Amino acid sequence: MNEYILYPGCSMEGSARAYNDSLMAIKDTLGIGLREVEDWNCCGATEYLSINLIPAYSLIARNLAIASKQANGTRTVVAPCSACYLNLAKADYYMEERPALGQKVNEALAAGGLHYQPGSLEIRHLLEVLVYDVGLETIKSKVVRPLTGLRVAPYLGCMVPRPDYYNRWSDHEHPTELDEVLKALGAEVIDFPLKTTCCGGHMTQIGPETAYELIRRLVSSADTYQADIMTTVCPMCQMNLDAYQAETNRYFGTHYQMPIVFFTQLMGLAFGMDAKDLGFGLEIVSAKKALERIGVELPEPPAAKKKDEGLPMPQRRLKKTATPKQEVEA
Amino acid sequence: MPESNVLKQGAGLRQQEDLTLLHEVSVATAGVSRLEMCIQCGTCGGSCPSAADMDHTPRMLFAMLRAGMRDDVVRSNTPWICVSCYHCVVRCPQNVHIADVMYTLKGMAIKAKQYKDSTAPDFSKSFVDMVESFGRSFELGLATRHYLTHYPLRLPGMAGMGLGMLTKKRMNLVPSRIKDMEQLTAILDKAKTLELTE
Repeated sequence: MNEYILYPGCSMEGSARAYNDSLMAIKDTLGIGLREVEDWNCCGATEYLSINLIPAYSLIARNLAIASKQANGTRTVVAPCSACYLNLAKADYYMEERPALGQKVNEALAAGGLHYQPGSLEIRHLLEVLVYDVGLETIKSKVVRPLTGLRVAPYLGCMVPRPDYYNRWSDHEHPTELDEVLKALGAEVIDFPLKTTCCGGHMTQIGPETAYELIRRLVSSADTYQADIMTTVCPMCQMNLDAYQAETNRYFGTHYQMPIVFFTQLMGLAFGMDAKDLGFGLEIVSAKKALERIGVELPEPPAAKKKDEGLPMPQRRLKKTATPKQEVEA
Repeated sequence: MPESNVLKQGAGLRQQEDLTLLHEVSVATAGVSRLEMCIQCGTCGGSCPSAADMDHTPRMLFAMLRAGMRDDVVRSNTPWICVSCYHCVVRCPQNVHIADVMYTLKGMAIKAKQYKDSTAPDFSKSFVDMVESFGRSFELGLATRHYLTHYPLRLPGMAGMGLGMLTKKRMNLVPSRIKDMEQLTAILDKAKTLELTE
């Protein structure tokens, strides 16, 4: 049994509940113990860093300081969320690289009776822990319902393989770790060229048009490769591609229906667990049709609203700026 | 960085180069920014997924920093369009911490109140307010406040998606709060009095 300290992050309690549920469902099968960082706080995402530097790093470092006090026999902190993982790793790395930063942050932490010695913890992403600690062989040995025939697009997003301060990943732009896990589950993995291309991040909130184009590229590429489903390791990516897919379709006049789920959900399925214990059904773009391919039944998603049969309305026209760029799919 | 680097004779220049602005940005960036090492190769702009929407590519922005064009730099939309994907960072041959420099420039623009469009800074501020009140982020509160301020006309269109998130219990109706808010507040209050100056 490998023991780890878990930093869940805010989305695991909300928008990424399916990630949390599926992780909790598979952890015993994989033989990993997860102890939560006590009374953890938000990592600041990509927002706090631009407002005020020292408070932003102190916010992150409070979690590190608490985790290092908890480190009883293990010094590895596991984060399932990409942005949380990057922020924790970044604070640890920069506090060491720039001693002046480390000193100021510790001065702030001292006001709360805490201290963090940079380098004393190992910050890792969940996927990397599963591939390199648990191992592909172990994962494969737990499979009782192989995902045979399910075409999956492995999508990692940006912040897991980049900037990769400790060189843990096979590649910064085309890492193969997620592909390997899915193959071990028996899935048919497409060679997804945009696997580490950006989902738009916070641009869905502050510049939706920029984000819609990034979302369109990803979904249309997965669709071109005839993927049944996309899978991700990041709550932000899942949220953008899932919850904003309808908006993106409306903006471009497209009709994509590409479900996107967390890789832990697919692992749970392959381990023979019940779909509803793995958070299936929480996705906005239903995964029902995709899962039928491997004989898994999901309850019917709530029926779409009936079309109004009132006055005839003009057809929604495609926006001029929204001409899909062909070269991206090439 | 030694003071002598701030004013120096550039190659072939008649007068001394004033690197005060470059130095200021470099020092205010977390980690060792290596901003001074930029060789203007343009790999950053060429790797950027959102460069098409930027006023200046990162390369151009760094040249402007070197040239001391403070006002143009803080008014540029570039740092706000940056999606923090780190493509440029892993490809930069000089290992410049480009994404972190963008955070520094956003902070400078907020301090100078110099931005063309307040959508992004307001979003960041709302986020920070939530975190400073609860210790956790609160998606529903954040999204509602942000959309009400900036896209009130889009709210009806987004309601379907918001409702989907709510009925699927993917958005909490009430924020969760950490236990030791007092400790976090003490840390942040102290941190706000500190700056990176060396």
